[in-house]
Amino acid sequence: MKFENVMATGGEWLRGEGPHHQIVISSRVRLARNLRQRAFPGWAKKAERTQILELIKPRVEELTEMQDSFSELLQDLSALEKQVLVERHLISREHAAKSVGSAVIMNRRQTLSIMVNEEDHLRMQSIRSGLQLKSAFKLVDKVDSTLEGKLDFAYDARLGYLTACPTNVGTGMRASAMLHLPGLVLSEMINQVIQAVNKIGLAVRGLYGEGTEAMGNLFQISNQTTLGEKEDEIVSRLSKVIETIIEKEHDARQMLIQKKSNTLWDQIGRAYGVLTFAHAMTSKEALNLLSIIKLGVDLGAFPEDRRLPIDELFIDTQPAHLQKSSQQKLNAEERDHLRAQIIRERLRVFPKPDISKVARESENGSTPEPQNNE
Amino acid sequence: MLCDVCKCNEATVFLTQILEGKMQKVNLCDACSKEKGVQDPTGFALADLLLGIGAAEEIEKGAPSQKCPVCGFTQADFKKTGRLGCSGCYVTFAEGLGSLLKAMHKGTEHVGKLPQRAHREIELGDRMRALTEDLEKAVADENYESAAALRDKIKQLAHEKAI
Repeated sequence: MKFENVMATGGEWLRGEGPHHQIVISSRVRLARNLRQRAFPGWAKKAERTQILELIKPRVEELTEMQDSFSELLQDLSALEKQVLVERHLISREHAAKSVGSAVIMNRRQTLSIMVNEEDHLRMQSIRSGLQLKSAFKLVDKVDSTLEGKLDFAYDARLGYLTACPTNVGTGMRASAMLHLPGLVLSEMINQVIQAVNKIGLAVRGLYGEGTEAMGNLFQISNQTTLGEKEDEIVSRLSKVIETIIEKEHDARQMLIQKKSNTLWDQIGRAYGVLTFAHAMTSKEALNLLSIIKLGVDLGAFPEDRRLPIDELFIDTQPAHLQKSSQQKLNAEERDHLRAQIIRERLRVFPKPDISKVARESENGSTPEPQNNE
Repeated sequence: MLCDVCKCNEATVFLTQILEGKMQKVNLCDACSKEKGVQDPTGFALADLLLGIGAAEEIEKGAPSQKCPVCGFTQADFKKTGRLGCSGCYVTFAEGLGSLLKAMHKGTEHVGKLPQRAHREIELGDRMRALTEDLEKAVADENYESAAALRDKIKQLAHEKAI
């Protein structure tokens, strides 16, 4: 499979059809594995890294899950292409910085991506739309079980799987979900939620993981520890916490409709106005405003069939996607113009926000319930 | 006081967090605190940052001048990167890592998935221990016939284990 096909096919999770998809954008589970008695990628010399890569890559490519896969050496990808993969969460920012001795292999549906020689020899990740941590774990667990028959993984009877960073030792698993929480942000309850989540040993991060800013009211929640707890226990604990946050988000939205409706309509109206008429827009501003429009769709202020175009804009207006689709390298100013132009064009067919519809629903005492497709 | 992350600038942000009864402290300069997204200390998991800071000190205690025989990694390297050199480092620096892992994780022992190969090794190990005990008992009882049979079994098992 070629990079153009990766660009064109979009990937399953971007379509947003999973359970609780209004609030949970995606679920990811990754496993870290290393070969026994071999230097970890960060410590290995180039020759050893390449040797390890040559050992692992064919084993990954022959997996049944990887038929018709996209498989590239990092040095053969342009900076822009790497960035596109980062924006789709198919590789990490750290992996994008790698070159000789590293590779990425992913399946056609973009539900499974395997990084070779990131921080660990193998980082296997499954990504699904909505709240589907269990099925994401199942897929990546199956791949791991197949690979362990072909590769000699480093593990210790007491410490479990051994990883380059001691924070990952044990299960080597990081399960995370990306949540869209505009209600909690607008009602200023988000810090309370983050605090509570931190207290029970889970981490809250921004859009692109560790050390990144929360933009577009998007938050990543993941397990912090990997030793002393079983994989399925971690996954179900995390799922339960996320279900509680989903409830809190719905409550916050109800509260906004009932008690702060003026602020809410003002936000939605302004977001609509700026997105429809602006001629220059940074990706941060775009994400923040699109988030409010997405909230508007959830609340019924925009028709349901407008959901997908908005979800697509979240990704399509990211810097690398913007440049890749326009097939040229652009400076920041040019990007901001192009971004505003694309948004204006897509919103041209967008109806004005219809507040009356939301108001009626709030009188009945309920917002539309999230669909559960599981 | 210098920033714990970049170790260049003067620290201006001082954070203390108590997580599950353990106190963690970190000092950051203005630039690093912004980069790490520390505007609101309550909304921020300190453990992310602590690695390579507290971590390096912990490991130092256990292995003052040790070098990993498998990969040549030293504790100074760990202090610099916050990452280990190879899976063998977990044995080399076991002592220092012990308390670090304890502070970092929920438990000190892995209870999750193990590779199939590990199950087999554990099973073989158990069988080997049982046979060795039987052999000792047979020798003590001067039951040389069964001792010889047991010795053969142990030999065969050792061969299996080597594969």
